[in-house]
Amino acid sequence: MLVVLAAIAVVVTVVSLMLGSNLISPAAVFTGLFHPELDVGAIVWGSRVPRTALGLLVGIALGVAGAVMQGQTRNPLADPGILGVSAGASLAVVIGIYVLGTSSILVTLWLALAGATVASVVVFSVAALGRGLSSPVPLAIAGTAVSALLVAFTSYLVLSDETTLAAYRVWVVGSLSGRTLDGAGAALAFAGVGMVFAIANVRSLNALSLGTELATGLGENLLRARIVGLAAVTLLTASAVAITGPIGFVGLTAPHIARALIGGDHRWLLPASALVGASVLLACDVIGRLIGGTAEVSVGVVLTVVGGVAFVAIVRRGKLATL
Amino acid sequence: MKRRTVIVTLACLIAVVALVLVGTVVGSSSLTIMDVAHTLIGAGTPGQQLIVVELRLPRVVAGLLVGIALGLAGALMQTFARNPLATPDIIGVTSGASFGAVAAIVLGGGSYAVGAGLLTLGLPVAAVIGALVTSAVVYGLSWRGGIDSYRLILIGIGATATLTGITSYLISRAQITDAAAAAQWLVGSLSGVSWSSVWPVLVAVLVVTPLALTQTANLEVSQLGDDISTGLGVALQRHRLIIIVCAVVLTATAVSASGPIEFVAFVAPQIARRLARSSRPPLLASALLGAVIVLGADALTRGVLPGEVPVGIITAIVGAPYLIWLLTRRKENLV
Repeated sequence: MLVVLAAIAVVVTVVSLMLGSNLISPAAVFTGLFHPELDVGAIVWGSRVPRTALGLLVGIALGVAGAVMQGQTRNPLADPGILGVSAGASLAVVIGIYVLGTSSILVTLWLALAGATVASVVVFSVAALGRGLSSPVPLAIAGTAVSALLVAFTSYLVLSDETTLAAYRVWVVGSLSGRTLDGAGAALAFAGVGMVFAIANVRSLNALSLGTELATGLGENLLRARIVGLAAVTLLTASAVAITGPIGFVGLTAPHIARALIGGDHRWLLPASALVGASVLLACDVIGRLIGGTAEVSVGVVLTVVGGVAFVAIVRRGKLATL
Repeated sequence: MKRRTVIVTLACLIAVVALVLVGTVVGSSSLTIMDVAHTLIGAGTPGQQLIVVELRLPRVVAGLLVGIALGLAGALMQTFARNPLATPDIIGVTSGASFGAVAAIVLGGGSYAVGAGLLTLGLPVAAVIGALVTSAVVYGLSWRGGIDSYRLILIGIGATATLTGITSYLISRAQITDAAAAAQWLVGSLSGVSWSSVWPVLVAVLVVTPLALTQTANLEVSQLGDDISTGLGVALQRHRLIIIVCAVVLTATAVSASGPIEFVAFVAPQIARRLARSSRPPLLASALLGAVIVLGADALTRGVLPGEVPVGIITAIVGAPYLIWLLTRRKENLV
């Protein structure tokens, strides 16, 4: 199954290189790939390749972040967007734009990481203090409440300064358009460290899927497992948010699709979620490039529509069993 | 009505009157109470006339009406769904109204503050249409041989996330002036309110409040469950339809006047219920308490805080922690 998913991801990657608002024939793209010195090569290497590479990175990061989050909480609705992690990252980034006047990716990365960490610690503590992490409604409401609070602060900053608004409104919809590889190395490093934490968390995630009591009984150090998982989620989300801006629903849908195809064992679920996340994100980006004509619809917007439908489907699918 | 509920309602009424007076008399330009009184009976200078009648009064009246509308809508929805979380904010009504209004601002062209002819009429209509369509969709999607309030809430959260995304997209593609107007409007503010934006919410409050109050007895009975209330002679489907349409129209017109002032519809009924020590939010007291919250927050932004912080930011900063605090208390039985 993993091979099939990988094949799909490769196909979507190729499609993403071939199609775009700039109409170039696939043959020309192919030529351009191997001849960067030509005009067509400049387009391909200047825009299509970075865009596709960043899309892959963001999709993989969000897919794995969602899988770790759902595994940690055993909550089917866990997603960096819904739980306010992206809102935390956004507020921190806006503070960066407002106070430091910069949106350079390196600064953005650290700010997004700080904001994501604070928001997720708050949301999970609130839910854990109440009904526990695995009940869908309290966790989702905690996410909504924390998001509302963060968005209020964000709006205040954005409204008091028009240049901040101008930068923010483009950033907040989540887009791959016009993103270059400058600073992508730093984002890749963040995502890589996050991935290491996620892989280190696999055994714990499998133990946690039996329930916290059983996991503790099996000798699992709960606190350590939680911290490692949280580190993975925040690092992966921050790297994605820093590149594209907040993109919702990938972290929600990718693990669900992966789980339906491959089962609940996290050793397989994490790579499968990564592949599905990358495919979904790139596919939505291609759709956005094509439906908008010259004025592209950004990938974040396409995903809110596609992901909203998926969210409703998950909620409607019988009673929401804990994972 | 219980005696305690009557007392709470009267206390809220007194607070509302006091806040209306404060809102009319206090402001950045210093007029004495006598000046204001003179102006109100038509004996002020043109300058005073402008300040009191065109600037302060619409703002106070809008705050009053928006608060009443949101408090009442919240109480109706919470009682109807038998769940304190089922507020217009959370189940997507507010974001539907916001989406409609932002679409009108951005696609209609011209800035909101100017209140071009099309927008004056178009904004409330667009907000109501957005809210009605969204609630119909959310309600329809939550229906599986009956309405389960958890499913309603979760689908509402999903709908809100999607609509917020599309709204951000509209803003990102707009002219920067329109984008600023829409962003300003989206946080919920009373500072740009003029008489023209007050009328829709006034009509809604005047028409809907009596209609909603006719449902008080049915609301009481329907708390016992669907089977019992049908047995007791409640026309359940019609009752539900009336409640939902009332709540949606109140929310949408309120949103069209001031933008979405968040958490009022959640907080006001919950505080009113606790004050009255009743099992469900008392309707009138919730409505008046909503007005107290909005007017109080607005007075705070004008009198105490430096600069003009929009009302919606204050209610969010107060309301969100209140909700979070309720969530951390297990015995609160919130969900």
